Amino acid sequence: MIAANLPALQIVVPLISAPLCALIPNGRVAWLVTTAIAWLTLIMAVALLSQVSAGIPVSYEMGGWAAPWGIEYHIDRLSALMLVLVAGIGAVVTPALYSGIAREVAADRQPLFFTAFLLALTGFLGIVITGDAFNLYVFLEISSLASYTLVAMGSDRRALKAAFQYLILGTIGATFILIGIGLLYMLTGTLNMADLADRLPELSRLRPVRAAFAFIVIGAGIKLALFPLHIWLPNAYTYAPSVVAAFLAATATKVGVYVLARFVFTVFGAEFAFDVMPLGEILRPLALISIIAGSLVAIFQSNLKRMLAYSSVAQIGYMALGLSFASVNGLVAALVHLFNHAAMKGALFLVLACVVHRMGTVDLASIRGLGRRMPLTMGAFVAGGMSLVGVPLTVGFISKWYLILAALEQGGWLVVATVVVGSLLALVYVLRVVEAAYFLDPADGAPQVDEAPLVMLLPTLTLAAACIYFGIHTSVTVDVARIAALNLLGGFR
Amino acid sequence: MLDVIGHYNYWIAIALMMVGLNMIISRPNLVKKLVGLNIFQTAVFLLYITMGKVAGGTAPIVKAGLAIYSNPLPSVLILTAIVVTVATTAVGLALIVRIKDAYGSIEEDELMDRAKDETPS
Repeated sequence: MIAANLPALQIVVPLISAPLCALIPNGRVAWLVTTAIAWLTLIMAVALLSQVSAGIPVSYEMGGWAAPWGIEYHIDRLSALMLVLVAGIGAVVTPALYSGIAREVAADRQPLFFTAFLLALTGFLGIVITGDAFNLYVFLEISSLASYTLVAMGSDRRALKAAFQYLILGTIGATFILIGIGLLYMLTGTLNMADLADRLPELSRLRPVRAAFAFIVIGAGIKLALFPLHIWLPNAYTYAPSVVAAFLAATATKVGVYVLARFVFTVFGAEFAFDVMPLGEILRPLALISIIAGSLVAIFQSNLKRMLAYSSVAQIGYMALGLSFASVNGLVAALVHLFNHAAMKGALFLVLACVVHRMGTVDLASIRGLGRRMPLTMGAFVAGGMSLVGVPLTVGFISKWYLILAALEQGGWLVVATVVVGSLLALVYVLRVVEAAYFLDPADGAPQVDEAPLVMLLPTLTLAAACIYFGIHTSVTVDVARIAALNLLGGFR
Repeated sequence: MLDVIGHYNYWIAIALMMVGLNMIISRPNLVKKLVGLNIFQTAVFLLYITMGKVAGGTAPIVKAGLAIYSNPLPSVLILTAIVVTVATTAVGLALIVRIKDAYGSIEEDELMDRAKDETPS
C-alpha cells in the first residue's frame, strides 16, 4: 500500500508539513519537525530509487486518472537519482538550519522560515518526479516563490533587493517556460511528456515547435543561471543566509539543469535539439565563457560567499558544456558533475555558515588564522575546494575527466584547454582562502572562537566526506549516470 | 495580409507581452516593474485562452442542438497560472514594502545611490 503510493507521498508529506510548521509557535520545534520530515523524504527517495533500479520506470497516476489525460508521476533512473540528490541535500542541511539562521532570522519568523524551506524542498522534488509539463511549471513556481522568501530572510538589507531581482528574473524565466509549454499544447493537444515526445517528431518542421524550444531553453537557462542569464545568482547567494545558500546552490540550479535536460532530450529529442536546432553551437560558447568569466571574477572577490557564487556560475558552465556535446560521455560528465557539484558547493557554503555563526562575517580578513581555531571546518573547506579544482581522488576530478573525454571525442582542443584553465583559476581562488586560513595570523582584535557547534559541523563534514568518498568509489555515481545518459539519448549518435 | 489580420488575437498577446517586458526593463519604480511583470504574465494567459476558443463553440456541456465545443482545458490551466501570478505579486509587493522600510525608497536609481554608503562586498 505504502510502497505503491510512494510517488505521491514523496510530494504530499513535505507539502502538508509546510503549513503545519507555520502553526508551530516555537522555532526549535519547527526545526525538529522539518528535520524529521526531510529525513523521511530521503528514505522515500531511496526506496523509489531501489524500485526503479531494475530498469523499469515507475508510473503513478495522480487521483487514478490515466495518462495522458491525468497527471502522471514518472520516475525513471534520472528522476530517481535527482530525487535522492535533492532529498539527500535537504536531509543533510536541515540539522544545520537552526544554528545557521539563529544570527540572521528573528525568533518569531523562524517557524515561517522552515515553512518556506519545506515548500522549496517540495517544489524541487515535484519538478523531478512529475511527467507532466504543466505540473512541472507549477512545481517550478512553488519552489521559486519559496526560494525568493528564503533569500529575503538574510540579515543584510541588500538581501531584499537581491530577492526582488531574483523574483523578477525567476518569474520571467518560468513564464517563458509556460509560453513554450502552451505552444506545444497548441500543436499536440497533450501535456504529458512521454506523449509529447511521441507526437513532436512529425511536427518538428513547424515554426511554433521551434519557438517553443527557444522559449523553454531560455526559461530553463535563467533558472539554471547560464551565462549571460546568471545575474540574479551572485546577489541572491551572497545575501541569503549561508545555510540557505548551501541548500539553494546544491539544489535550485541543479534542478534547472534537470529541467533543461528533460525537455531537450526527453520531450524534444536530441535529434531535433542538436541537428534541426543549433543547441550545441549556442550552449558550448556560453558554457566556455561562464567557466572562464565566472572563475576570473571569483578570484577578485573578498566576500567569500560572493566568491563561491561566481564559482557556481563557472561550475554550471561545466554542466552546460557536458550537455552541449549530446554524447554519452558528455551527458555522463554533466550528470556526474551535477551530483558532485551539489556535494562540494553544499559543503563549502556550510563551511561559510559555520564561519558566520562564529565570526559574524565571511571575508578574507575574518577567515585569517581560522585553520588552527576551527580545524574541522577549515578541513572541510579544503576538501570541497580541492574538489572544485578537480584534484585526483576528489569528485571534481571525475567530472572533469569525463568532460575532457567527451571533448576529445569531438576533437575540441579549445574546450579541453578551457577546462584546464578553468581548473587553474579555481586553484587560485581556493588557495587564497587556504593561505588566509592556515598561513596568516588572525587580524588584531579578532574574536577568540572555537569549532562550530556539532549540529552544523556534522552536515558540513558529511558533505565534505561525500566529496572524497564519491571521488574514490566513482562507480556508484558514474554507473547510474551512464544508464541515465543512455536513456536520455535513446540511440542518438 | 489576411493571415496577419486573421491572427489578431495572437498579435494582441504578443504586443502585451512586449509592453510588459519593456516596463520591467525601463521603469525604475519597483511597483511599476511588478505591474509590468503582471502585464507580461497576463499576455501569456491570453495566449492560452485564445488557443482553446473555437469559433462559434460553447462550453463543453452535452445538450441537444450544441455540436461545437471550445476546449476548456487551457482555461483550467490558466486558472492555476492566475493563482501562481497572484502569489508572485503578493511576494513581490511584500518585498517592496520591506525595501521601502529598509531604504526609504522604491526607485531603483535612489536605491543605487544609497547602496554606495554600504560596505562593499
